[in-house]
Amino acid sequence: MPNWGKITRRTLLVGSAAIAGGVAFGVWQYRRDLPNPLQPGDGQATLNPWILIDQDGVTLIAARAEMGQGVYTTLPALVAEELDVAWEDVRVMHGPAAQAYYNEALMSHGLPINDYERTGFHEVMIEAMTVLPKMIGLQVTGGSTSTIDAFEKLRMAGATARETLKRAAAERLNMPLGSLTTRDGKVIAPGGIELRYAELAPAAAEIDPPRRVALRDPEDWRYLGRSMPRTDMIAKSTGTAEFGLDVRLPGMKFAAVRRNPRLGGGMLSFDASAAEGMPGVERVVDLTDGIAVVANNTWLAMQAADAVEIEWAAAPYPDTSDEMLNVIRAALDNEPNSMLRDDGDLDALDIAPEDREIEAEYTVPWLAHATMEPMNATALHTGDALDIWTGSQAPGFAEQRAAEAVDLDTDHVTCHVTFLGGGFGRRGETDFVVQAARVARAMQGTPVKVTWSREEDMRHDFYRPAAAARMRGVLRGGFATALEGRVAAPSVTRQSMQRMTGLSPSGPDKGHVEGMFNQPYAIPNYRVSGHLADLDVPIGFWRSVGNSFNGFFMESFIDEMAAAVQRDPLAFRLDLARREHAPSSGVLEAVAEMSGWTGRTPEGTGRGVALTYSFHTAVAVVVEVTDQGGDVSIDRAWVACDVGTALDPAIIEAQMSGGVIWGLSAAAMQEISFAVGEVEQWNFPDFDSLRLHNSPEIEVRILETQPHLGGVGEPAVPPSMPALANAIYDLTGERVRDLPLNRRLSFVI
Amino acid sequence: MPTTLTVNGTEYQVDLPDDVPLLWVLRDELGLTGTKYGCGVASCGSCTVHIDGEAMRACQVALADVWGPVTTIEGLGTPNALHAVQQAWVEHQVAQCGYCQSGQIMQAAALLSKTPNPSDEEIDLAMSGNLCRCGTYPRIRAAIHAAADALGREG
Ligand code: FES
Ligand code: FES
Repeated sequence: MPNWGKITRRTLLVGSAAIAGGVAFGVWQYRRDLPNPLQPGDGQATLNPWILIDQDGVTLIAARAEMGQGVYTTLPALVAEELDVAWEDVRVMHGPAAQAYYNEALMSHGLPINDYERTGFHEVMIEAMTVLPKMIGLQVTGGSTSTIDAFEKLRMAGATARETLKRAAAERLNMPLGSLTTRDGKVIAPGGIELRYAELAPAAAEIDPPRRVALRDPEDWRYLGRSMPRTDMIAKSTGTAEFGLDVRLPGMKFAAVRRNPRLGGGMLSFDASAAEGMPGVERVVDLTDGIAVVANNTWLAMQAADAVEIEWAAAPYPDTSDEMLNVIRAALDNEPNSMLRDDGDLDALDIAPEDREIEAEYTVPWLAHATMEPMNATALHTGDALDIWTGSQAPGFAEQRAAEAVDLDTDHVTCHVTFLGGGFGRRGETDFVVQAARVARAMQGTPVKVTWSREEDMRHDFYRPAAAARMRGVLRGGFATALEGRVAAPSVTRQSMQRMTGLSPSGPDKGHVEGMFNQPYAIPNYRVSGHLADLDVPIGFWRSVGNSFNGFFMESFIDEMAAAVQRDPLAFRLDLARREHAPSSGVLEAVAEMSGWTGRTPEGTGRGVALTYSFHTAVAVVVEVTDQGGDVSIDRAWVACDVGTALDPAIIEAQMSGGVIWGLSAAAMQEISFAVGEVEQWNFPDFDSLRLHNSPEIEVRILETQPHLGGVGEPAVPPSMPALANAIYDLTGERVRDLPLNRRLSFVI
Repeated sequence: MPTTLTVNGTEYQVDLPDDVPLLWVLRDELGLTGTKYGCGVASCGSCTVHIDGEAMRACQVALADVWGPVTTIEGLGTPNALHAVQQAWVEHQVAQCGYCQSGQIMQAAALLSKTPNPSDEEIDLAMSGNLCRCGTYPRIRAAIHAAADALGREG
């Protein structure tokens, strides 16, 4: 059992893998800059924060939140490929929250440039941006960046360790390095000599790792590029995977919480006398902005929490979602926060009589994440230290915020990351962690698991903001000659950066207009401005973020432009994409072929297409709907993506089809609305999603033509929504410009 | 007075109020955390267990009303001895976040025990109460068909 500083045995059990004596391998490149968080115990040594070798095999540190996207498989495969170990011998764990695991791809993603046309200058900027996350230890899982960030870093970690092990073997055997090879966790020397990595690891840890090693030619890859058996699959099929909600500690108590449903309003007073006498209740804790009931059973705690009489203060925002939307729409005429694209000269554009000019306005509603596992965290406060067990996308931030909340030094706070029952951006927040820390402080010495009811979860989210757009287009000779888009919404970037770092970035907010300003269309006059609406509703990152609304605005309007000149919507897009970005036209051609697109559909059937370039990946979607006696049935979807290099095709396929179902669910039927300052939705019956019987058959094709890696967790979401709206236009002739679509028509449910 | 409960073949004496849902008895009292909480109102299926072989939402059955032996995901099969449905789930790499899958698997296992060779319509009907926010439905359908084939061969 290595002594990993503050890490307890519990952490080491993630994915049912226990470590029994081992060596941690040292960092390859950042060794001098960032401390290795793996602190080996007696007789052990450390070289690198990603690899731990022991008698039973190899443990690889994923250091990103496994929330379904497969990082516990793809990240270890990157290391294992170079380290040369057998896949059956690989175990995976999350590892501690530490600066060494920072995410550099995430920060460079925020730069206000167009990802698909990077220049030398942009590359320099991206380099500079990588310094910042290193400083603040941004070990965040988000922005579909995990694999992009890891691609080179983890292969280098594996290769460096392999070469170091070979050097140790060369010394031991007194043979030239060049005569040694490796295979399945062994160094192989001439004459049939085999040395297991486990035997060599202690000596290897004393050797200075080589600075530069060559990475394997992709031609020789054994694991990468293949669909590997997911390392979490058996645990997740047998109920043995440990999610935050499943953490159990000796003597643990169970708590339920209530906070003001008028979000951000305080608590004026409460009366817990009825609750205190209820069965199983141990204590009612005043959290100042709400209450917690600690009991011997979660359900008893929830019943008692409901029985607490609470007087809440008013919310700092308008009472209804209609009023909020008015604020957002009005912002369309405000001074723009950004104009990240202004190609050509829209102001000087002369509209000829034979030109066609169209305008349209669109809106989308607030949305909840509604992760399948409600928010929860378990905490134990021992007086001078705090341990937290939770599914977090940002364990470093969680530790900082919890430490501040209970007046401890961050060094005395440890966040143990479990599996996440869905993240989608919600679990990058720290509210549920801070709350558990405060309950634990009140219950010092007793571990407490704080579980949100589904209702508490639905009504206390950091929502995808409502948004509005005003679009104008000019068509000349059947082509788009001008497009002007204005987008208005409250700023997710500003609000979440304020929460995380205490600083609200000024300057252009790229996240606000992504999915509209940076689309791969050769439109000679192309301008997009972002307008920030001032509303104090809690908002946050929601799977695909700004692309989730801009994809709908942009691709609905492109469809309208095509329709205005009676052109086939797919051919119209192809004309625009071909001259701008080959991978984007490639995915359009692919979905055309897959779906047998002819531009014509029989009576009672509708088809729609959409393309969005987001998270460095172009995704095109065709959706087919049919009229089933007045209800719309979403029957089929075809998806093509270009990810550059497909590291694990089965995982990519799962993310694409899951992303489409996520997006179609939102577009068809999801909405968070407000009345008297409170969210009106409580549970799944009023915030439903597609289910097995009404989700489409989905076919996915993965292309690998672009020169860089693309993200896969989010980019299928944006095009799926306009593809559905466009299919409904094809079916009904009605252009629905406001989501969700079920306000205007009914779906098969 | 403690209530007697049989779960996965083991008998337990449970000292909790009669109205506590079986879900919370399993999770908090017995430590059987494979059965998940998703909604508490019978709208997600995460809490699906078998009572007397029948798929039931454990969040809707009060402790005092449990009428027969209970099987949870832990009792269906284990990592070293997978049930045919779990085997099919692993082969088809169904799970993403995995949180809903205990419920999906218990629902599918109950379906196959009554309808060994279900049509797509029968699968639709049986599985429509089980929500998956990750959208794993296409693989769930494929895995159910595969499990039906495997069980048919075992016959
Ligand atoms: S928790 Fe029982 S159906 Fe959702
Ligand atoms: S696998 Fe995540 S909710 Fe179903």
